[in-house]
Amino acid sequence: MALIAIVSLPLLAAFLCWIPILRRAAWIISVICLFLDFVLALFVSHQVIQTSIVVGVRGWLEADGLSALMLVLVSFVCALAALFAGDEMRHNGKHLHRLWWFYCNYNLLAFALIVVPALADPNLVWVGVELITLFAILLVGFETTASALEAAWKYSVLTIMGAPISLLGFLVLFWAYRSGGGTGQETWSSLTLAAHTMPPSLLRLAFLLVFVGFGTKAGLAPMHTWLPDAHSQAPSPVCAVLSGVKTSVPLYAILRLLSIVLVSGEARMGRWMMVIGLVSVAIAAFLLLQVREYKRMFAYSTVEHMGIILTAAGLSTQASDFGAVSQMLNHSITKSLCFYVAGTVLVTMETREIKSIRGLLRVSPFMGATLLLCALAIAGAPPFPIFLSEYSILSAGLRAGHYLAVVILAALIVLAFIGIMLQVNRMVFGRPDWPRQDVGVPLTCRIAVIAAVLPVIVLGVYIPSPVHSLLQLAARQLGGR
Amino acid sequence: MPAQMSVPEALNTLCAGLVLISAFAMVATRQVQGVVRFFIIQSLLLAASCFLLGFSQHSMHLYALGTITIVAKVIAIPWVLKRTLARVLYVRREIDQVFNIPASLLLALLLAIFSVLLVSPIMSVTPDPVIRINLPIGLAGVLIGAFSLVARREAVPQLIGILAMENGAFFAGIAIAAELPLIAELTVAFNVILITVIIGLLARNIKETIGTTEAGALTELKEEPVSWR
Repeated sequence: MALIAIVSLPLLAAFLCWIPILRRAAWIISVICLFLDFVLALFVSHQVIQTSIVVGVRGWLEADGLSALMLVLVSFVCALAALFAGDEMRHNGKHLHRLWWFYCNYNLLAFALIVVPALADPNLVWVGVELITLFAILLVGFETTASALEAAWKYSVLTIMGAPISLLGFLVLFWAYRSGGGTGQETWSSLTLAAHTMPPSLLRLAFLLVFVGFGTKAGLAPMHTWLPDAHSQAPSPVCAVLSGVKTSVPLYAILRLLSIVLVSGEARMGRWMMVIGLVSVAIAAFLLLQVREYKRMFAYSTVEHMGIILTAAGLSTQASDFGAVSQMLNHSITKSLCFYVAGTVLVTMETREIKSIRGLLRVSPFMGATLLLCALAIAGAPPFPIFLSEYSILSAGLRAGHYLAVVILAALIVLAFIGIMLQVNRMVFGRPDWPRQDVGVPLTCRIAVIAAVLPVIVLGVYIPSPVHSLLQLAARQLGGR
Repeated sequence: MPAQMSVPEALNTLCAGLVLISAFAMVATRQVQGVVRFFIIQSLLLAASCFLLGFSQHSMHLYALGTITIVAKVIAIPWVLKRTLARVLYVRREIDQVFNIPASLLLALLLAIFSVLLVSPIMSVTPDPVIRINLPIGLAGVLIGAFSLVARREAVPQLIGILAMENGAFFAGIAIAAELPLIAELTVAFNVILITVIIGLLARNIKETIGTTEAGALTELKEEPVSWR
């Protein structure tokens, strides 16, 4: 029941936002519904920890460890971003009469993001991922400026091009399932059971097509070029959702399929995933050195982290799978924090460029301190959770004997760290060439930033035992040995 | 032909050839209207193929799929395009291309050959003659659609390129995954219409704000080296 409620709450919120007399209350409706969703997701994952699978509608809506983890992440980021949006969108001053439309769309995006991990049928997962893309297009182009529309167009052409390719992939997957003697309904779990009997050549082709198609949506290099445009032009709360969870949801589908391919005994595929993951990390790390806008900087760091997760999944040992899922968790909470901070800076300083912001610490200690903190956290500095998961991925790689990959990955992570910190140093420290001294941070922005900082600090020093067991359950779904 | 073919299956082969030809025609057409027209023809061929295979396999499912295709792609999508993009459709008649027409056709031909090579290792899995026809041609449709998406610099032909890719995927799909749950196919068709609506609205917004639907003119967002001071 909880699963059905989780999926239908955002739809209900979208409908309520659309009703004319409720349009003025669109923000508060979205925040309440999405926070309820987050509570429900926590409840579902609590159940999953005990029974290892929760069934909403058998064969259609099911949640195992990995799904439950994604549900928690998606609902957490969507709820906080909705809270953040309140004052951020109002502060903008533009499009006030269209705000209800923004929230309506935002809830539809949240629905699509939440439904994908809960779906058991891979073909419906394809539909869900396409819905995510489509609703995100409308939100990226929401501000209807020339550059926002350009970003939306590039985003839509590149990511929708992936759709038919991955559709063909899922059709081939269905064919493989039937040729392997599968008779019942096709679900992720029945596919895993049938992994050994499916013809390997079909499974390979299916994975290849799905990987290319969904890779465009997950922002993996070389299909990442839309990502910095979309993530720099969309309204900041949307950026937080796009970067924090929208990229990891297609990656979640890729990892599910990868685990089936790996279970079927196709070890070479893991090595290819490592290569592609490392290429993504490399491209992001070098581009991080030459970005001009801070929101683009965080967008490139998303490409970097997607690459790291894929590399970890490609290592396919139990330890590296644990690293991959915890990297997913840590990336989501940290990257959404980064965009809340970046959005606050954008709203108050009214510039996107790194070089026109100096001495943020003196202009506003709150913004300066949180920007420094989130930059350190996303770059992977020691007391923060991303450091822990990157460390566990690297050590898992060493234990699996992939020395070359580990050395390259470590070098690139250091390079990305340098890139991010160089840019952020210029913004945070120094003397402001800005006469304005007292910059007020809007209230809901402040609350959202503080609420997002807490888990980033806590998870770095202490992982509560339910989180740990959920991560272990999720890692088991990736099928590492 | 490796196995015996019934009459509907032979007609399906004819449809397959025509689908491929219509994919080529979409690459070779210079006018926006012409591209839309060839897309409708291709969708009709896809539906015909559904009905033929449904007849030969006695599958109500494929009949339903053919009906869905006609409703979504022959009726709904051209209607949506007309509603949202009528002005864009008629304003610029000639399409800018990266390559000239003969070069594009040659590249499309190479893509078709490539897709036959790509699926040839799989052909050993199945003796089914329908799959041996539909899968390579469907894949070729997907690849040629992707190519026209990259090579065209106008919003509407790019959108049609995406829809043609979808057609290609389905053309392969009716052979390899005929018993896919109907709900999956219905939502896919709904999705395709939604793509058209959203891209159409976006293209109209771009037309109103920037004044052109030439995707090649959208070059403001990119990375430049910073000057380190």
